[in-house]
Amino acid sequence: MSKSFLEVDGLSKVYPDGQGGELTVFEDIRFALEKGEFVCIIGHSGCGKSTILNVLAGLDEASAGNVVMNGKEVKGPGLERGVVFQNYSLLPWKTALNNIVFAVQARWPKWSKEKVKEHSERYLKMVGLDHALNRKPSQLSGGMRQRVSIARAFATQPELLLLDEPFGALDALTRGVIQDELVKIWEETRQTVFMITHDVDEAILLSDRIFLMSNGPNARIAESVKVDIPHPRARATIFQNPAYHKTRDYLVDFLVNRSGSALPEKDGSPKFVEPARDVSQSKPVSAGSETESETAARAVNA
Amino acid sequence: MASLNVRAALLSVSFLILALGLWEMATQPPEAQTGLTEYEMLMGGVEQESRVPPPSAVIKLAWAELSDPFYDAGANDKGIGIQLAYSVYRVLTGYLAAMAIALPVGFLIGMSPLMYKALNPYIQVLRPISPLAWMPLALFIIQDSDASAIFVIFICSIWPMLLNTAFGVANVRQDWVNVARTHELGPLRTAITVILPAAAPTILTGMRISIGIAWLVIVAAEMLVGGTGIGYYVWNEWNNLDLASVIFSILMIGVVGMLLDLALGKAQKLVEYKE
Repeated sequence: MSKSFLEVDGLSKVYPDGQGGELTVFEDIRFALEKGEFVCIIGHSGCGKSTILNVLAGLDEASAGNVVMNGKEVKGPGLERGVVFQNYSLLPWKTALNNIVFAVQARWPKWSKEKVKEHSERYLKMVGLDHALNRKPSQLSGGMRQRVSIARAFATQPELLLLDEPFGALDALTRGVIQDELVKIWEETRQTVFMITHDVDEAILLSDRIFLMSNGPNARIAESVKVDIPHPRARATIFQNPAYHKTRDYLVDFLVNRSGSALPEKDGSPKFVEPARDVSQSKPVSAGSETESETAARAVNA
Repeated sequence: MASLNVRAALLSVSFLILALGLWEMATQPPEAQTGLTEYEMLMGGVEQESRVPPPSAVIKLAWAELSDPFYDAGANDKGIGIQLAYSVYRVLTGYLAAMAIALPVGFLIGMSPLMYKALNPYIQVLRPISPLAWMPLALFIIQDSDASAIFVIFICSIWPMLLNTAFGVANVRQDWVNVARTHELGPLRTAITVILPAAAPTILTGMRISIGIAWLVIVAAEMLVGGTGIGYYVWNEWNNLDLASVIFSILMIGVVGMLLDLALGKAQKLVEYKE
């Protein structure tokens, strides 16, 4: 494999099963991310998505395999990888603004107080919370808390952003609004994002590629599905694109019928699939997806 | 309809008046009887000395004492303010010393399961010892009654602070620790900026329990070591058979204890947070 921005090679996680044996949650996870790509990972509960994300974040250790980012092995957590947790993980004794100031100060310890504050406020404004700077997390709704959490992650400008089901705990309406905001911020910043979701529509709206995981134990990333819909996207109009339905049908079919038996390529890398190849005449999403499409094989079953 | 607070205050005052009234009535001197015995005449009347003083006498004494709380007329005659100040000084000294040990050690135990397991047996054995049981040993080793009293306060207030700090630190949500980790905070900065504020409400609860215990213990300790302090004062007035002073000082012990608790309660409010 050529040098990608992020390379994950042969990751596996083994837990003792409590009866003297071992349980392999996932094994031989291989994939690569290019700079500026937005990739979602979907799979049924228990396939170890969160563990993979935590390994990328450096918060958990894999039983085998390694993660290389920018040519350096990932060991332990670091500021070049930002994490948005599902439960927001805001510090409840700090105001919304100070939660971000906390992160910005950690990122740029030499910045002056004014600069830190100005930078933090800018990111809170980006998620539409400039009216709630001085409120504590307990005085914010779930959606607002997650916005603060997203602003915190973006404010530190990490090279890789890891989102662990960020909208999982939100109601559908709020989720839609924040998805739109995430799209907007991402269009502005073009961060490299790796995100876990359970929501097929959310994945299509946001990603350039979608990783599909087979069921655990011994889960694998079986397929890498290209989302061939041009940016900028919008939740209100995306379903008018014929590629959207093709992609969606493909994903749902995988999750309902094939996730139990799907396998990656023989070399362990996910099968590259373009479900909307024949309908979409749009430009490729990013250079990253293109190199991937050259190196990866075509899907055999669509 | 008056607010709940006003009604509660009214009820409180009526209870007070009722209680004081009953007390006053129960302690009236008996009617002068005709035909005192010779012995009774010699003693100046019937059971003059053995009656509990009525509240009016206590209030009169309280007024006199509180209008000049800091007079100092020799070793056995100091104002209530001076006596209380001695006690508060001992409590705070012992308490602060306990804090200086309990907070760092609590942090250590809370953050390191190894240290917790290693130190826990000692804590469990030392904790249930009545602080006054240390007194003879302290007197022998320290050879100073004042410092021994402070040591007793130290040893009794250390445990709740220590255990609560350890508990609070050990139970900081892993998510918040992860936030510190993903932001590359070092161990010291993590302890100060994340773990301390996260555990502060639990730590303050321990500190509040400690100050309460310290105030309970100082009275007994001062009764033992003597010299100065509110505990000594109570015992001294008992020896003088000045029951009004005894009752008055009992009330003052309650008032000061309440003030100490209120102060810690306020501090607790400051560090509280809602999740």
